[in-house]
Amino acid sequence: MKSLFEHGPSLSTRLLLALIVAGTLMFLDHRLQTMQPVRSFLSTATAPVQYLAVLPEEIMDRLVYLATTRSALREDNQRLRDELLGLQMAVQRLNFLENENARLRQLLGSEVRAASRRMAAEVVSVATDPFSHQVVINKGYQSGVYEGQPVLDNRGIVGQVISVARSTARVLLIADQSHAISLRAERNDIRVIAQGTGSLTQLELSFIPHSTELKEGDVLVSSGLGGVFPEGYPVAEISVINRDERLQYAQVFVTPFAQLDRVRTLLLLWPADAQEQPIYEDAVETDEVNDVG
Amino acid sequence: MWVKSGLLPLLFSYVLALVLTIMPIPAVLEPWRPDWVSLVLIYWLIAIPHRVGFGTVLIMGLLTDILMGSTFGIYATALVLMAYPALRHFQRIRNYSLTQQLLIVGVLIFVKRVIVYELEHVLNDAVFNLPYLYPVLSSAIIWPWLFLILRRYRRRYLIR
Repeated sequence: MKSLFEHGPSLSTRLLLALIVAGTLMFLDHRLQTMQPVRSFLSTATAPVQYLAVLPEEIMDRLVYLATTRSALREDNQRLRDELLGLQMAVQRLNFLENENARLRQLLGSEVRAASRRMAAEVVSVATDPFSHQVVINKGYQSGVYEGQPVLDNRGIVGQVISVARSTARVLLIADQSHAISLRAERNDIRVIAQGTGSLTQLELSFIPHSTELKEGDVLVSSGLGGVFPEGYPVAEISVINRDERLQYAQVFVTPFAQLDRVRTLLLLWPADAQEQPIYEDAVETDEVNDVG
Repeated sequence: MWVKSGLLPLLFSYVLALVLTIMPIPAVLEPWRPDWVSLVLIYWLIAIPHRVGFGTVLIMGLLTDILMGSTFGIYATALVLMAYPALRHFQRIRNYSLTQQLLIVGVLIFVKRVIVYELEHVLNDAVFNLPYLYPVLSSAIIWPWLFLILRRYRRRYLIR
C-alpha cells in the first residue's frame, strides 16, 4: 500500500509521458510505416487471444456436429455427391476449353496463362472497429502467406492481405473505405475503379462519365491491372446508376458478389508470378489444389 | 522480484476483456457490444490507482490497436486521455452511488470513442456513423453489474 503522500512524478507529468509514447508510436506507424516488424511480432503474440475468442463458437459447432443424426448426414452426403458429379462434368469441359485456349494463345503469339495455387483459410476474428472492414484468418507466414496476396471466397474476390503474423494474417476487405480495386466490365471491357464505401454490400465506381455504356446488371471482373488481383475473377454487379447531370460524374453503385458480411471460409491465391510459395501442412492437399486460374 | 498479491487474477481480467472485445457475436448485437476494455480499465483505475496507472492503460491500448488492426497508438491515446480524469478523481468516483458512477462511466466512454473517431478521421479518413456511439449506452447500462462483479472478484482474490 502506498503512503498518503505520493512520490514520483505528478499525474499530469505521467499523462504527458504516456501521450508522448502513444503519439510517437502513431507517428512511426502512420507516417513512416516502420512498425511492420513490431506489428507482425505483436500479432503473433496476441494470436492466442484471437483463438480464445472463437473457442466458444467452435465448441458450439462441434456440439452441433456431434448431435447431427445419421440420416441427416446420409442426406447431406447424397446431396454433396450429386453436386460433385455436376462439378466434375463442368470441370471436364473446362479442362478442354483451357487447353484449347492455351493452344490458340500460342498461335496468336501471346503469353500462355500459367497455373496458380490456392489454399483454404478460416476466418478467426472480424475486427469490430466500425471504421475499417478487416478480418483475421488462421494462416500466416508459416503457410507462405504474403502481404498483398489476393483473397477470394466461392463467389468472388474478397480482399487482400495487409499484414502477416506467424499463424494469422489480416485481410482488408474490398468494401473498406481505404480500398480500391481495378475492374473491367465483362460485356464491353470498360475499365473502372471500384472504391469501398464502408458499407459491406455496396461499392462505388469513381470517375464514370455520364455517357458511359455501362448498364445496371453488368458484371464486373477484376482487370489484373493493379498487379495485386489476378485477371478475370468476378467481383461485383452494377446495382444503381444515377445519371444526374448536375453532378460532375455519374454515380454508380455496385454490389459485390462475395458475401462480405458473412465470410467464413476464404481462399488464398498464389498467382503464377508470385515470389512466395504456399507451404502446405500435409502433402495430401497439394495434389488436388493445383489448377489453372 | 516479488509478485504482488493477485497479479494473475488481475492479468486474467485484462485478457478476458480483450477476448470479449473481439469475440464473434450475432450481427444484431454487434453495434451494442459494450466497450469491455474501457470498462475493466476504469474499474481498476478507481479501485487500485496506486497499482494500475498509465503504463497499464498504454499497454492495453496498444494490444487493442493490434487486435483491431487500427493504426498503432490510436486506442492507446484515447484510453490514456480517458484514464486521466478517472485517476484524477478516483476517490470521488469511488464514493458515488452506482447511478452517478454509471453517468460518469458513460461520459468517459463517450469521450474515449470520440477521440478514437477523431484520430481515425484525421489519419484514415473515417466517416462518422451513429451506431458507433451505441456502446456508450450499453457500457453505461452494464457498469453497475460489472462494478459489483469486479468488486467481489477483487476481494475474493485479494487484489490490492
